[in-house]
Amino acid sequence: MPDPTFLEIKNLAIDFVTETATVEAVKGISLSIARGETLAIVGESGSGKSVTGLALTRLLPEPPAIYKSGEILLDGKNVLTMPPRELRTIRGNKIAYIFQEPSTSLNPVFTIRNQIAEAIKLHRTDVRDIDGEVIKYLDMVGIVDPEKRLHDYPHQLSGGMQQRVMIAMALSCRPELLVADEPTTALDVTIQKQIIDQLRELKQRVQMAIILITHNFGIIGGLADRVAVMFRGKIVEYGETHTVLANPQHPYTKALIQCIPQPGQKRHRLTTIDHAALEAAV
Amino acid sequence: MFSYLIRRLLYAIPILFGVMLITFLLFFVVQPPYARARAILGEKARPAQVQQWLHDHGYDKPTYLNTKPGQHLFDSLFVNQMKRLITFDFGVSDKTSLPIAKTFTDGVIPSLCLTLPAFVIGFIMAVTLSLYQVFIRYSALDRFGVFLCVALMSIPPMIYMFVGQRVLAMQLNYFPAYGFDLRGWQTAKFVLLPVTLMIVMYLGNDVRLYRTIFLEEITQDYVRTALAKGVPQSRVLFVHVLKNGMISLITLVVAHLPFLIMGSLLLENFFGIPGLGNALIHAIQTGDAAMTNALVYLGALFYLAGLMLTDICYAFADPRIRLS
Ligand SMILES: Nc1ncnc2c1ncn2[C@@H]1O[C@H](COP(=O)(O)OP(=O)(O)OP(=O)(O)O)[C@@H](O)[C@H]1O
Ligand SMILES: [Mg+2]
Repeated sequence: MPDPTFLEIKNLAIDFVTETATVEAVKGISLSIARGETLAIVGESGSGKSVTGLALTRLLPEPPAIYKSGEILLDGKNVLTMPPRELRTIRGNKIAYIFQEPSTSLNPVFTIRNQIAEAIKLHRTDVRDIDGEVIKYLDMVGIVDPEKRLHDYPHQLSGGMQQRVMIAMALSCRPELLVADEPTTALDVTIQKQIIDQLRELKQRVQMAIILITHNFGIIGGLADRVAVMFRGKIVEYGETHTVLANPQHPYTKALIQCIPQPGQKRHRLTTIDHAALEAAV
Repeated sequence: MFSYLIRRLLYAIPILFGVMLITFLLFFVVQPPYARARAILGEKARPAQVQQWLHDHGYDKPTYLNTKPGQHLFDSLFVNQMKRLITFDFGVSDKTSLPIAKTFTDGVIPSLCLTLPAFVIGFIMAVTLSLYQVFIRYSALDRFGVFLCVALMSIPPMIYMFVGQRVLAMQLNYFPAYGFDLRGWQTAKFVLLPVTLMIVMYLGNDVRLYRTIFLEEITQDYVRTALAKGVPQSRVLFVHVLKNGMISLITLVVAHLPFLIMGSLLLENFFGIPGLGNALIHAIQTGDAAMTNALVYLGALFYLAGLMLTDICYAFADPRIRLS
């Protein structure tokens, strides 16, 4: 039986070095993902979630980013030592991304058809009917009348639709892993739910692992199999989602879980996180 | 789109009127026609001769309004001059009495022989070089490129022309030093040096500016998306970034296009190219007010055309913009 773990992060540390300062964004984290699994990375702003996600295909701008130590093993091969040509066969093809801001993540001057087609042409040279394939994926992510939308530019679509296009583009190369970096943060609450539901449905349909990056514990229930909690560049808690939710060990995790609004529960004050106390605990 | 253009054309009217007013003040009020006649005919000219000259050129009229009894109220210098400019009936030169329209049509081709190739080649070079610099951004070579641009910009145009003419043309004999000929390869031979100099004069400034524009583009989110899809760096730059950057570049560049017709004052004069730049310098030097006025007016017209062209190109390049 093949090893179900296909992506392994070992002791990864990343710095940002600028003329004025060095920021230790990620301080030696280890994670692993099995095929078809969904892992949530939860943490507050600036904790290093996006940096971790982008590092998986070495997408951080270098400089200022420096991969200080550790390795990222994809099917046993270290991504961080791959030549650019080989990296490009992973990006989009094995690991695909969707980002927080769909409105700026799509290229404003190309039609959505062209942007999805570009990905397909890069990685699936055998596809003949490119328009058909684009339509298939637009349809899959719940875009009505995809044929009519092909020649739209991103600004002609709503935020939720733009994010669906991003998902379609990510899926179109049939990646083994989808990294969704705060895919709903920029969207309306109602649209947020639709996108999360869409991801949940897609997860059933296509065999694909997902890394869901979020600062909101509220959206991961029912979607993530496991969860890693990040705080200041470190993983402070890592385990099965239901275990962590039911019985958080780390004070930071407890604080985050407290922040989830409970329906029916009336609260007069939003919980705030006491950083000084946490700092002492970490 | 159509109604937008009409509106823009209407906006241009007050601007053109302003230009006409200013040139009129400069050429007909600051130095009245009588003084000009004396300057051109010489101090010894008899009053009758001066009167005749003024009459021949239509300058024997009151300045703004004709209040003489029995005459048409608008038969004045100002109104007549405006009518001429609006109908492109520029009349004759004060100095040579040749039709101004002929000077213009004769000058356009030599001017374009200089400015058009310089513009096109210079633009392509600047875009390519700046994109390449962005490709190798912040490396030693990139920094050296920036240094070179600043150096190119810091040298005054006269130095380029002087070195070009003296050293490359006269001493080394690589090029003809002066003159122009409108016969096939002869033309190329004569404009090669001035075109090269014109490119070099603007290249530093353009490359530096375009580099800044493209560097700004490269930090945009869509670049990260393209890279995340596995698009190679070169394609990201020359397709994604270029097309977006072009939208900013168009505003800078297209506005100059119609103005190319007016040629280059310095280079044409220095290298003896009989274009419109040369004609303008010559007109100013000899106090040929009618010619100067006509050329300045045409320049303003082309400039306005450039601005309008910019808007149209903008709408074509950027799908988010609809002219209305
Ligand atoms: N390009 C960069 N240059 C310099 N520092 C950076 C850069 N990108 C990220 N950082 C730093 O790395 C740290 C981690 O950032 P990261 O974007 O991973 O946070 P995050 O957990 O994704 O937060 P958010 O919820 O706000 O997206 C931050 O301190 C940030 O300042
Ligand atoms: Mg982030």
